[in-house]
Amino acid sequence: MSAFVQYTVQGLAAGGFYALAALGLAVIFGVLGVVNFSHGAVYMLGAVAAAVLLDVLHVHFWVALAVVPILLFLVGVLMERLLIRWLLRLDPLYNFLLTFGLALILVDLVKLRYGVSGLPYERPAGLKGQVVIGGIGLSTYSVFVCLFSLFICGLVWLLLTKTRVGMIVRASTEDADRTRALGINVGRWVTPVFGFGIALAGLAGVMAAPFRAITADMGNNFVIILFAVVVIGGLGSILGAVVAGFLVGLVEAYGQAYAPTFAQVVIFVLMAGVVLFRPAGLFGRDETA
Amino acid sequence: MTHLETGSPAPSEMSESDATAPVPDGRHNTLRWIMLAIGLVAALALPWFVYPPVAMDIAAWALFAISVDLLLGYTGLLSFGHAAFWGSSAYVTGLVAIHWGLPFPVAILGGMVFAMVIAVPIGYLSVRRTGIYFAMVTLAFAQMIYFVANQLGDLTGGENGLQAIPKSFFGIESVETDSFSFYYAAIGLILLGIWAAWRIIHSPFGRVLVAIRDNPARARALGYDVDRYKILAFVLSAGLAGLAGGVFAISHGFASLQELNWTTSGKVVLITVLGGIGTLWGGPLGAAIVVTLEDWLASSGFEGTGIILGSIFVVIVLLFRHGIWGTAQDLLRRLMSSRHDPGD
Repeated sequence: MSAFVQYTVQGLAAGGFYALAALGLAVIFGVLGVVNFSHGAVYMLGAVAAAVLLDVLHVHFWVALAVVPILLFLVGVLMERLLIRWLLRLDPLYNFLLTFGLALILVDLVKLRYGVSGLPYERPAGLKGQVVIGGIGLSTYSVFVCLFSLFICGLVWLLLTKTRVGMIVRASTEDADRTRALGINVGRWVTPVFGFGIALAGLAGVMAAPFRAITADMGNNFVIILFAVVVIGGLGSILGAVVAGFLVGLVEAYGQAYAPTFAQVVIFVLMAGVVLFRPAGLFGRDETA
Repeated sequence: MTHLETGSPAPSEMSESDATAPVPDGRHNTLRWIMLAIGLVAALALPWFVYPPVAMDIAAWALFAISVDLLLGYTGLLSFGHAAFWGSSAYVTGLVAIHWGLPFPVAILGGMVFAMVIAVPIGYLSVRRTGIYFAMVTLAFAQMIYFVANQLGDLTGGENGLQAIPKSFFGIESVETDSFSFYYAAIGLILLGIWAAWRIIHSPFGRVLVAIRDNPARARALGYDVDRYKILAFVLSAGLAGLAGGVFAISHGFASLQELNWTTSGKVVLITVLGGIGTLWGGPLGAAIVVTLEDWLASSGFEGTGIILGSIFVVIVLLFRHGIWGTAQDLLRRLMSSRHDPGD
């Protein structure tokens, strides 16, 4: 029983990374119609930035948690302004390819600068070791990741449902043309929304820094799992991204615990099942052609 | 219709093809034969000018790109998971050649059949979605194949890959040892694959594919089982990718996980887009450029190949969406139409 709880917490922690990054992917897709292939590379950048900040400027984990997403927000703004923008009116596959190219560039740039071996990152003080809850020892950091990612998801949820900006974002996700027809300047929100989505991926990266091996390639597999997450959740759905993110994290953790040979495969089997029985995704509206 | 398709004002922009060009007149046809002859001569002369193993790489990637273009350019489906077919065929080809010692064309046939067999369920599931979803789903399934190959370490060699794949060719020793002779032994298979792609595109079946690409709803209304056509196109495309992957594995004498990696899927899409989507000739052209470039970068000791390839991708997508062959075609067409202009 205690092992099961431990796997669950591990799964929820891994799911936290997926949920945050997938949330970013979903918001960007909703407003811009862009599937950002460089999302994994941005996640990697977040972790690398945290490691470099700690190593060079001795910036503490808690500070990095706030600073790195802001930096990456600016990176996202630049990406959108300089590149993504020019292809928004065309078939979305073009931006998919463009961001794929960007991912290749980012990964190899980091590889050239920092090599292929992992960068070190010590767990911040206070989050080391274990906490005992109900007689079961759990990794403090895993518990922190679960709670913090849930907290951020909740914050984003409030932002989307309780503020005017959130309403505009939700409305454009639903139907950008009709939102425009109601006199709302959707175009104005495109750049900040893209930056925001990028910042979320970066935040997931910072949180992963003390938890995972920090290498240039750490986002390569991550982004593919993210695609599986949003296919499972329904690409247009923000709630779907979060739920599917945690779900995939859990499936992965249970897979590693009980069927280690095929832990990674299970996720894709889950995706196959969703595509087969509910092509629009668990929370997607049924709009398949 | 998905959210995505309604959001794109010009779906045909993704796939400007000669298949939509007006019916070729006599002169057009002659031009086509001349190009065919040039292509054939180029394929046969290549190892005289390029280091033979590199020439073989160009030929294999050319066919691989054509297999992707068959889906992207002529069916309107971007597969981002074609490494699954290229790579799994590379492994199966290698296994057949190693364990049964069969001549390499037979081994490659085995790999090709395997690629087509796994393409059936992947295609069946993937065609349930279109556009960007199709790309993501194929990508994810390809990654699944990657993990499976990694897990079946006893069979595939795991991280080390499959080593020492023989090039047995009916006892002809020079083929087994000399890469120049091997090129001529294997190029026939590649040309056969390209010919098959050409036949598919110009067959009634190919016309239906183009019709589906341009307007799936109309094709369905005309009574075509759109999904079935797509699955069949997917499986045929996987077969060609498998053929190319098999030749690649035999040529190199090994098959590694790299062949199944998503970067391989990305690279072949890059080659296709660089050459020109829906042009058939673009594949070989793009392959020649990318493979030569990679070879040159590797020999010059530059580690950041991805920076160069990624930059090419960004520039092509931003500025030359019709690719090299497509841009050349556009120029040619403009030149010819201005000459035909009565006011001119």
